[in-house]
Amino acid sequence: MWHLPIIAGQVFNGFSVASILLLTALGLALSFGQMNVINMAHGEMLMSGGYLSYLACKFVHGPAAFPCALLTAFAGATILGALLEVSVIRWLYGRPLDTLLATWGISLIMQQGARSIFGAIGVEVVAPHWMDESINITHGWFAGLSLPFIRIFIILLAVAVLAGLALFIARTRWGQWLRAVHQDRDMAGALGINTKRVDLIVFALGSGVAGLAGAALALISPVTPTVGQSYIVYAFLVVIVGGLGSLLGTTLAACLVGLFSAGAQMFTSVSFSDVLLLVMVVVLIQFRPRGLVATRSRALKEA
Amino acid sequence: MRLKHVFDGLILIALALAPYYLSAFNLSLLGRFLALAILSLGLVLVWGWGGILSLGQGIFFGLGAYVLAMHMTMVSLGPGELPDFMMWSGLDHVPAWWSVFHSPVLTLACVVLLPMAAAAILGWLMFHRRVGGVYFALITQALALAFSTLLISEQAYTGGFNGLTNFTTILGYSVDGPDFGRGLYWVTLGFLALSFILCQWLRRTNFGKVLVAIRDGENRVRFLGYNAMAYKTVAFAAGGAMAGIAGALYMLHLGDISPAMVGVIPSIEMVVAVAVGGRESLTGVILGTLLVNFGKDWISNAMPQLWLFVMGALFVLVVTGMRGGLASLPQIFFRLLHWRHKRVAGAHAASAIEAGNPAPTVEEEAGAQKAV
Repeated sequence: MWHLPIIAGQVFNGFSVASILLLTALGLALSFGQMNVINMAHGEMLMSGGYLSYLACKFVHGPAAFPCALLTAFAGATILGALLEVSVIRWLYGRPLDTLLATWGISLIMQQGARSIFGAIGVEVVAPHWMDESINITHGWFAGLSLPFIRIFIILLAVAVLAGLALFIARTRWGQWLRAVHQDRDMAGALGINTKRVDLIVFALGSGVAGLAGAALALISPVTPTVGQSYIVYAFLVVIVGGLGSLLGTTLAACLVGLFSAGAQMFTSVSFSDVLLLVMVVVLIQFRPRGLVATRSRALKEA
Repeated sequence: MRLKHVFDGLILIALALAPYYLSAFNLSLLGRFLALAILSLGLVLVWGWGGILSLGQGIFFGLGAYVLAMHMTMVSLGPGELPDFMMWSGLDHVPAWWSVFHSPVLTLACVVLLPMAAAAILGWLMFHRRVGGVYFALITQALALAFSTLLISEQAYTGGFNGLTNFTTILGYSVDGPDFGRGLYWVTLGFLALSFILCQWLRRTNFGKVLVAIRDGENRVRFLGYNAMAYKTVAFAAGGAMAGIAGALYMLHLGDISPAMVGVIPSIEMVVAVAVGGRESLTGVILGTLLVNFGKDWISNAMPQLWLFVMGALFVLVVTGMRGGLASLPQIFFRLLHWRHKRVAGAHAASAIEAGNPAPTVEEEAGAQKAV
């Protein structure tokens, strides 16, 4: 049990779980931090990303299939997110608990919709052939360690998306508007920024990223109507641990949660490691009630 | 106000006479939903008045139900016998923390106290760090998930996915036969009426007033010198105790308890029922709970695929369009009546404005309502 390769393998698994969590949680953290909206239907964005990539792989064959699937998942989930924002979320600003309940209703509808269209049994997306390989280490301390390309790809995808988002927020004009609205909505509005449109973009973008996560997830496990639900609770834990609307915090928290559950599973069962994870989160909140990376502010906010 | 009391009394009488005009099957269904209504009353206290949204009421519901189910399992065993799921899992004796529930007194105390203590500890841990609102909702939801997965995985002690069932007697009464069903129904109704009265009384005390004040402006209340954390913790613990009682009664009506009834989805369904009924109105949530659950039963029997669509849509509509839920229907009705009245009187309004004392327009009133 204490062999280095096993531990390293578990750490690697932890990072690949963390990547999926990160991709899921980024959109949540953005919309939570920006608009104070809790999107319980976010998991269903992930689900629709998975189904869309399945559909794309059905219609497009050959080497273009997979990039095409990723693109479809991203674009489709973005559009869905935009629709959701315009039809429901927009009317619920300033009532975070109500957005939670309303979006939960939407997530039910989307789940049942997926079940009616695709059936309750999961559908498989076949990964491109080059992803079936893995890096096998045969020499040195890590002899016996095997790193599948699929998981490496998922980690790289998460890093790329994170970098892209960071650049978008730090370097583009939209990113500047986004930061302005995040800091002070009224002031930003007074300076002529169309805050509603910024909200729409943030929400749609977050959904799109979740769609990407769904496409990535489809590579390693079948897509089912309830796949979103199994990730959403952990994604919310990541957001809580990370702190509101901070990319850095979300990333740290995703790694923490991923590594913690991978580590705990070496010693106990999966379900017990879930319980341990929750205990850890509750303890952590005792010390950092606003998350790992909290925005400093002297304002007294009503939670 | 008096009209409302008459209305409540009529509902109570109608419910009390239900065993005489409902079939045994429907009576058991109604009894089960009335048990859930006790939990809903707890949610009114916690969420409607305290502003604390808990998506983990299933935990407390489950604690109450499982404690009583453990007692009934113990009672149904002969000396030296083991519950079958323990035998399958290779246990050779009943663990001590199981066998203590052989005592009916301890069990009945634990049905209330265990969920209450769990809620109090959880509430204290969260509220004293001023974790509230959305954070609290999400953490309780995660706890509900962990609770149900733990129940499933620890099969040797909890009966796993199937839960606990095959009960024979409770406090010496056999659980078979129509007499038991009828008696249980009245006991459930009694608990519901008691909780109703207790909640209504609590709302009028200083405690209730401060609680509502905390919901509307926690910081202001704190600056006035109140210990908001203590108020919220007490309210949450009371809600937990009510959920525990509800769980135990529900389990008795159904005859078994399994993790599927305590997880994330049932916990949210409980909140749905309260939202539909009107989160601040005690009568409203009782009717809402009955409506949602009978609706669920009816629709999911007739068209299983449709239920989730209906519930999802209902939820979106109630939350976006009708925050007051069912309980606001009379208000909406009277406002419409008023509005028509206003339109008729509109011709006379011009002279009133000239008199320098314009009546508030409908738009203004609606705006004021929204602001509240």
